[in-house]
Amino acid sequence: MYRFRELVKASKKETEGKEYRIAVLGNCATQFLSQCIQGYAHLMGSNLKVFDADYDQIDAQLLDPGSETYGSKPDHILLYLAADRLYEDFMNLGSNERQGFADSVMARLISYWDMIERNSGAKILQMGFTEIDDRTFGNFGAKTEVSFTYQMRKLSWLTAEAEAKRPGVYPVDLLSVQTALGQDKFYDPVLYYNAKVNVALESWGYLARQVYDVIAALQGRVKKCVILDLDNTLWGGVIGDDGLSGIEIGELGRGHVFTDFQLWLKGLKQRGILLAVCSKNEEDTAKEPFISHEEMVLRLSDFAMFVANWNDKASNIRYIQETLNIGMDSIVFLDDNKFERELVRSLIPDICVPELPEDPARYLSFLQDCNLFETASYSSEDADRTGMYQAEAKRRESEAAFGSIDDYLKSLEMEGEARPFDELHYPRIAQLTQRSNQFNLRTVRYTEDEIARIASDEGYVTLYYTLKDRFGDHGLVSVVIMKKEDGDTFFIDTWLMSCRVLKRGMEEFIVNRFVEEAGRSGAKKIRAEYIPTKKNAMVSHIYDDMGFDCVGEGLYSLDISGFEKRKTYISETE
Amino acid sequence: MEREDVLAKVTEIARDVFDDEELELTDETVAADVDGWDSLTHLSLMNEIEIEFDIKFEMKEVQALGNVGELVNVILSRIS
Repeated sequence: MYRFRELVKASKKETEGKEYRIAVLGNCATQFLSQCIQGYAHLMGSNLKVFDADYDQIDAQLLDPGSETYGSKPDHILLYLAADRLYEDFMNLGSNERQGFADSVMARLISYWDMIERNSGAKILQMGFTEIDDRTFGNFGAKTEVSFTYQMRKLSWLTAEAEAKRPGVYPVDLLSVQTALGQDKFYDPVLYYNAKVNVALESWGYLARQVYDVIAALQGRVKKCVILDLDNTLWGGVIGDDGLSGIEIGELGRGHVFTDFQLWLKGLKQRGILLAVCSKNEEDTAKEPFISHEEMVLRLSDFAMFVANWNDKASNIRYIQETLNIGMDSIVFLDDNKFERELVRSLIPDICVPELPEDPARYLSFLQDCNLFETASYSSEDADRTGMYQAEAKRRESEAAFGSIDDYLKSLEMEGEARPFDELHYPRIAQLTQRSNQFNLRTVRYTEDEIARIASDEGYVTLYYTLKDRFGDHGLVSVVIMKKEDGDTFFIDTWLMSCRVLKRGMEEFIVNRFVEEAGRSGAKKIRAEYIPTKKNAMVSHIYDDMGFDCVGEGLYSLDISGFEKRKTYISETE
Repeated sequence: MEREDVLAKVTEIARDVFDDEELELTDETVAADVDGWDSLTHLSLMNEIEIEFDIKFEMKEVQALGNVGELVNVILSRIS
């Protein structure tokens, strides 16, 4: 972790790039936290500006719609109720009021969330609670309702429950920081009594990192795929030399280490992270343990791609990245071999290559400490992402067998559907707006709450698109939000699409349907815009291709009466 | 470590904390003499000194400090 001094210095440096803003509000002194968040973000290359509200100003700042907090136009608002201040509140209660403490703090939090949502579009970052055990009841406090320990644990649980019901509130897990550092490192009593600073100076960086990780995920900077080496990474030993019975997995040698590592990777896969293999091996030899070794946790079906050959790893990784069609910066590469790591890092600067420790026993704790797999959402569709990519690989194989692309597209027997946003799909829709970078015309990010608001607003026409074919169901692949500007003009606020379904007629199907819907809602004209980013060059000409007139830099217009339906092999689902 | 070595080291740390390459400290220097030496940067300075000299100040020591000379005395008493 960076030293406190480095973070303070970095906080004062100017940084390039799109500006993001966060307001920090606490019941305690928050200057150090604010400085460290800004410093950490700058060191990560992110232009984050922090507005620090004065000491204990939460109520005043949140109640007043004209307050400096709202005036700072924050993208995020961080709420931090420090446990030491809560402890003072708790001790000031009569002992017969103490059993209601957690409920009353929870009610306060909810009123804060309500106020923020009323007065601002900012996403709420709720700092979690640390534990202070005053040992008044010793161990018995853990089951004694009037102990502070009991009430704080209850509060943490109540907060988690309430957050689960509020898509616009994102937890910052402070307790895990305290636990990982240990109370001795987390807290400095001399500093506290001298200056009322409740966290040791050298520990603020860890809090800042935790906050920053959440913000980065909210901005769509998430990892989507882990590419894995095999020998001495997924098992101990070398399959080509040691053979099926000689590799360490399960009971043999250091096998437990690799079993646990595979279990963790399996957990990542189940939450929607793609796994791929990139190994220097004969393909049959490399696949054998996944097919025939009883103690392997991972099986071939867990991998979106399996590449084993003698090519250099950088080329193989590029091949995997192109096939899966995801950004290089969303890929993590794990390999025990320092040489391979250096090679990949030098040839592919955007990829994330953690410096795995020498001893495999340390792989897991090291990687978990890196916290690479932050996410701002989770939906049930995530769990089957691997299956979707595997179906895609099959499609590509069958594509090769057809003479013309038209024959191939016809053979897919594709069916599409467009529907207005509904509650069931709010999470997935919000998630797509947060994650899609390439096929995204204006890259506007929305929270679930915002999506819900737009869906029920008469001033918008919303559509989500699904696609299936004979190989499987792609699920929800595209989102269109049209804003009614005046009587007969609609503006395309959002059009994004999953790159999985690129160039098979979905673009045409989408345009046909939204033009139809706009016409049905009384529009005569559709306005559209392309806002270039580092990643969305692939759609820079999409509106030209779809028959829109270019009317200025990145600006387009379509006269609905003159629109001719685009050709597509996707039929409407009955 | 001699007294002047401690003072030199403290000066070096203070230059970094207060972002002033030319800052000179003497035994008589007080916080008010130094640009940017306020209650917050003071905490940072003390933190850096604790780390550099591998010591932990006591509350009384921190509160009783009058000038740089006294700070150097406390450090000397701890490292000898």
